[in-house]
Amino acid sequence: MATAAMMRRCEITGLSVDRSAERLIMLNAVTAVVYLTIGGVLALLITLTRWQAVHLLAAKLFYEFLSTHGVVMLIFWILFFEVAGLIFASTVLLSTRMVIPWLSWVAYVMMLGGSVIATVLMLSGQATVMFTSYPPLRAETPWYYAAVLVFAVGAILAVVHFFVNIVAARLRGDVGSLPLFTFALMGAAIIALWSLLSGALALFPVFLWTLGVIPEVDPGIYRLLYWGLGHGAQQVNLAAMVGVWYGLASLTTGARPVNEGLSRIAIVLYVLFINMGAMHHLLVDPGLGTWVKNVNASYFMYAAVMGSLIHAFSIPASMELALRERGYRRGLFEWLRRAPWGEPGFAALVVSMILFGLLGGISGVIIGGPQVNMISHNTLLVPAHFHMTVVAGTTSAFMGIAYYLVPLIFQRQLLFRRLAQWQPYVYGFGMLILGLGMGLAGHWGVPRRHWDITFSTAPVLGVNLQELRPEIAVFLAMMGIGGIIAVIGGAMFVAVAVATVFVGHRTPRPAVGRIVPEAFSPYPAIAGGSGEPAAAAAHRTFEVPGTLVISVVFLILFIFLYGFSWFELSRVPWKIG
Amino acid sequence: MASRVSALAKPRGVWWEGLGRDERLWVWLTVIWGIAMFLMIAFVWPLIGEEQNRLHSYRVDPVTFASQAEAFIQQYQIGQRDGVPVVAPPPGGDVYLDARAFAWQPVVQLKRGETYRFLISSRDVQHGFSLVMPPHSINVQVLPGYVAVLELTPEETGEFPLICNEYCGLGHHLMIGRIIVTE
Repeated sequence: MATAAMMRRCEITGLSVDRSAERLIMLNAVTAVVYLTIGGVLALLITLTRWQAVHLLAAKLFYEFLSTHGVVMLIFWILFFEVAGLIFASTVLLSTRMVIPWLSWVAYVMMLGGSVIATVLMLSGQATVMFTSYPPLRAETPWYYAAVLVFAVGAILAVVHFFVNIVAARLRGDVGSLPLFTFALMGAAIIALWSLLSGALALFPVFLWTLGVIPEVDPGIYRLLYWGLGHGAQQVNLAAMVGVWYGLASLTTGARPVNEGLSRIAIVLYVLFINMGAMHHLLVDPGLGTWVKNVNASYFMYAAVMGSLIHAFSIPASMELALRERGYRRGLFEWLRRAPWGEPGFAALVVSMILFGLLGGISGVIIGGPQVNMISHNTLLVPAHFHMTVVAGTTSAFMGIAYYLVPLIFQRQLLFRRLAQWQPYVYGFGMLILGLGMGLAGHWGVPRRHWDITFSTAPVLGVNLQELRPEIAVFLAMMGIGGIIAVIGGAMFVAVAVATVFVGHRTPRPAVGRIVPEAFSPYPAIAGGSGEPAAAAAHRTFEVPGTLVISVVFLILFIFLYGFSWFELSRVPWKIG
Repeated sequence: MASRVSALAKPRGVWWEGLGRDERLWVWLTVIWGIAMFLMIAFVWPLIGEEQNRLHSYRVDPVTFASQAEAFIQQYQIGQRDGVPVVAPPPGGDVYLDARAFAWQPVVQLKRGETYRFLISSRDVQHGFSLVMPPHSINVQVLPGYVAVLELTPEETGEFPLICNEYCGLGHHLMIGRIIVTE
């Protein structure tokens, strides 16, 4: 009886929703959006400062805000949202109970406390050490490191609870095979566990050092451990985003993964190999040998790249199949023309996949090569790369799925639907312009994390990089304008989310369209009703010709850009090494 | 043949199945491409490229490095520029480059076509060696306690700004140096 009161049955999806899980999902999601808003305001101020023609903020404020923007966005916004996702995937989606609600509360309180203190310290200029906090640069107060560590421990507890939920559901017999979405988040959770541990191992000695307990911290070893978190956390985002991609494909087109096994193997490839991505930050570091760099950053890493390429194929393939089954069979691309472009989740999925794949993924592979890295390390091309992966990719995808999960979890009618329809395109367009501007500026040699590339205040040897290469001014303007558009797109999302959560009409049956309920059912009725492949007979020819064409075009572009990057390296006028 | 279910639903029964024709083709393409990229980095470029990432390094006490750099400056100083010593090391020799918040020392004058061994380290926090050389820049991470050894052969004459591309404190954007290449 007690159990019955703790659970509600969702009238749309038929899932049993644990009330305490639901409350924690709401809390984590709302906190995430608060941090997204703070980070977005800072993003605008930073981009308008680096746009050299505007150069808005003073140097000190710029560095403070840049530190805060990095941590608030890359860690707080994304991790709070992911914890909401982990709870959702390990309870609601499995129609099962949350095993230890108080553990999630402890995790939430630690994450909230740590993140609020860290944010306040950064904004007040007491911890201007950037996202990376490389020693021997030190924050003015040791409590910054303590706050980040408390947050990290909280996040570890949340991840542990995810595993506890899944194991308990398994033991109770509530679940056999996990839904692909949950499987992807489990991949994310495994990566999160060692990422957070690696980060704690890096930061704890720094905390002791700032307290004066230990005399020094080796900067090389710190970097090795730190990037286990710094890049590892982005791989968490990657795996979670891929799960969301599959979810969005199912929610908006009724797609069913073409080959469960292949998609899951591709996620396992992430778990096994993507940690090598951490090495990308150390390619021009002293202290590590050439072969350590080559093998980790290329050979093993490409196994994870293969995982991404598999998803890049199987997600559009599943949508092509679903849309073909609904009758859009003509030619190669009728299914694509008739796809639900006005559906915010589909728009977000397409924007996320295109920008992540074309700009984020390819740029990452290119600058992750040990040789080409010499001309890209710490240039603006690096933040361009991760803004395309984590922002245009992950954040777009997370926003997209929020348009479905927020109405379902909060039981509110989605408000401002037209705003939501346009939001992914506006956001994506802004990020595209920003990414291109940043990337090109970096390619032209503009450093990252730099207040003034005109060196107007340098006491000696001053030089103006913009005079040296006038194109840079154009690229930085692109970054600034793209940034403004992207911030508008982000504000559109926040407006829709906040309005829906706080003033949306309360209803147990929010309007989410015809496909969404089907997406949660193991017995989909949309095509054929049985869930059996409708096109089994057609298997002798290609099943998904349109997707194959798109994928091969993508691969050709990849090969071209990859080749181009080596050509660019060969244009360096000096002989090196 | 296994049945397909939504990514948000629990798959029933045995869902394991072989790859379809489309998937097989794509998986093979990605495998081949991955191997090609590995070969490029590990074997092809090391054979044909002139720009190699063969960074050597050794540990050093920051104080020792600072005094070595001072001695190097005294030995080869030929003048001053904006109050910063200018040195002209012998062709083929070592060049000590000393990073600190917020300056690169010394200004280095090199001869075109000669190979120099740059020994780069920091005496305080982490810095970023970023030699601006249109169309790009050459970048190496600089850590206190480690010396990065980089072999450079200037092939063009002119002045090349050396900036810092690792945030090193509130004066990060003031940190600048110069490498001058003459005939």
